[in-house]
Amino acid sequence: MVQQQVFFQAVSFSDKLFLQAEDLACARGARDVFSSLNFRVNAGDALAVYGTNGSGKTSLLRMIAGFLAPRAGSLSFSGEPDEQAEPASYCHYLGHADGLKANLTVSETVDFSARNFGQLDTMIDLSVLGLAGHGDQMVGDLSAGQKRRLMLARLLIAPRPIWLLDEPLTALDTQGRDLIETLAGYHLQCGGLILAASHEALNFATHQLTLKRNHHAMVAL
Amino acid sequence: MFRTVETISAYYANPQRFMRLAGALHAPLWGVTILVFAVALYMVAHVPDDYQQGATVRIMFVHVPAAWMSLFAYSFIFFASVTALIFRHPVGHVAGRAAAPIGAVFTLIALMTGSLWGQPMWGTWWVWDARLTSVLVLLFIYLGYMALWQAIDDHGQAARSTAILAIVGSINVPIVKFSVDWWNTLHQPASVSRFARPALHADFLYPLLMMALAFTLLFFALTLTRMQMEILRQRARARQMARLNEADD
Amino acid sequence: MMGIFMSLCHQHMLLAWRSGHTTLIVSFLFIAITLMPFGLGPELALLRKLAPGLLWVVMLMSLLLSLDRMFQADFEDGTFDQLALLPMPMELIVLAKSLGHFLALFVPLLICVPVAGLLLNIDASSLPVLMLTMLMGAPALTLLGAIGAALALSIRRSAMLTVLLVMPLYVPVLIFGATGSSRAISSGGEIELATLGILALMSLAALFMAPLAAAAALRVALR
Repeated sequence: MVQQQVFFQAVSFSDKLFLQAEDLACARGARDVFSSLNFRVNAGDALAVYGTNGSGKTSLLRMIAGFLAPRAGSLSFSGEPDEQAEPASYCHYLGHADGLKANLTVSETVDFSARNFGQLDTMIDLSVLGLAGHGDQMVGDLSAGQKRRLMLARLLIAPRPIWLLDEPLTALDTQGRDLIETLAGYHLQCGGLILAASHEALNFATHQLTLKRNHHAMVAL
Repeated sequence: MFRTVETISAYYANPQRFMRLAGALHAPLWGVTILVFAVALYMVAHVPDDYQQGATVRIMFVHVPAAWMSLFAYSFIFFASVTALIFRHPVGHVAGRAAAPIGAVFTLIALMTGSLWGQPMWGTWWVWDARLTSVLVLLFIYLGYMALWQAIDDHGQAARSTAILAIVGSINVPIVKFSVDWWNTLHQPASVSRFARPALHADFLYPLLMMALAFTLLFFALTLTRMQMEILRQRARARQMARLNEADD
Repeated sequence: MMGIFMSLCHQHMLLAWRSGHTTLIVSFLFIAITLMPFGLGPELALLRKLAPGLLWVVMLMSLLLSLDRMFQADFEDGTFDQLALLPMPMELIVLAKSLGHFLALFVPLLICVPVAGLLLNIDASSLPVLMLTMLMGAPALTLLGAIGAALALSIRRSAMLTVLLVMPLYVPVLIFGATGSSRAISSGGEIELATLGILALMSLAALFMAPLAAAAALRVALR
């Protein structure tokens, strides 16, 4: 069990943190994806979002990240000093695609990631990601599991209260699954919150939301 | 004045209200268009031959209004795009998409009639004179706009992207005109005769203006009809989507 | 903020270089210039006369063909979503990437122009003027190209569409750039301040306005 201080920035997010959706509706082109969505996620909660393909799991996460605007309803977020801030400053979004460049080495990827986030003095220990010794290897040469683990680096680099994970367990090997469960656990302990769309059960989830057009179901686990 | 325009446009931003207005306007607009065309063509037929250019001067009565309309249509697309983006009127996007092919055709007509008119004078089918060149670039601007509508699958994304393109293009049009005019004055050897315009006295001016009016009305009639078709098509698609959605549940 | 800007720029440059794009674009320049004498005849006096214009046009086309690499790669591998979440406005991201694109692709083109010019028998003393006009027009060309690249973002195989969208935007820059170079060269290398001034003005205007349009277009594609 690795010490928290060693590899995970011990940040405390505000305990007044929450994310709330009121009467949220989403449309993709002419198609109504979902409507009348209401939920509230508080600090330390992890909401697993289930639903059939096309039910809007990815769209919901992208809406929270600020990529697309709701057709109706509102999303509110609170708990950070600058409450009018763009979602860009308080969300991490991990989607289906890796967000990795094949022509960079692992070290360069982590380095650029740190500099892009403005976190210049953050050093990441690659052994945390299970990539010790792979620093000079091209990302294009990594296995799928290794790439998905590398993707998690940005969670370590920049502390942000809301994690939006789209199918986080896909293509993760056993090492990767353990890693993400550990990271999620620490994040929740620090008072962050997580929304994760998934087809499988997530061990770190505290609540569960099933999306279904306009009659959604939310339970605590 | 602006408030009135804004209120009126806001009122008709609703596609249903627009369709009611369009339905009411459709027949009268076409009727007036045909009437004005008849009058204009009569006036053109009775214009005396120009002593310099003979009967070919009549092509001017198609060329000049077509060139005006190619610019007018693009301004229309510009205003429709601004309305659509800034005031979020969905009808604005429909208007832009409907008007584009019509504007492009006017541009083509302007180019071809310009070439036909000039050929007896120049001895060649094309010269890179300032106006023809500017209109040619305008044709590419239209083609780009239409191609972008076609290329993007998501309708909302296509609408917004093309609106941005139209605004950028509108800023570009005067710059192109200015650049092409400058370029033309530099490179034009004195011997090539310019696009000589017949003297604009009453015999020529009134038929020209009448044709311009006819073309403008034709533009609006065609655009209105195309807008109606597009909205009907969108409605059919939405109904189909709704049926599929219900079937899923 | 500056650190993020330089980091994005550096990253874009590194990737363009490593993906072999710089080599491709320079190759295109030389291929196109080599084809000219086959099409126009090897008569040196004619080539010399046409050289500035030909170089401008070929340089433009090389740049046009490279534009779809400005944002497309990021969109395809999911990096684009991450860019949208960086603590930097989209307009500055566009500028950073444009600068990276300019450094990685335009500058090598610019360096190769003298060699290509010599192939066309251009007068060596007029090369500095030619390169200066190209440099003056470079910000305009890169940034206007960014608008086209951003508009065509989510479309597969968008290279030709991007060319169509950007071509009308390039016409004024080409007119002033090529004409300015030709006149300067034919008058023996004296610099045409008026045309340089207009080119600089266009570049300045593009610097302020193009990022707004490109950022708006990128946000549309973000959904």
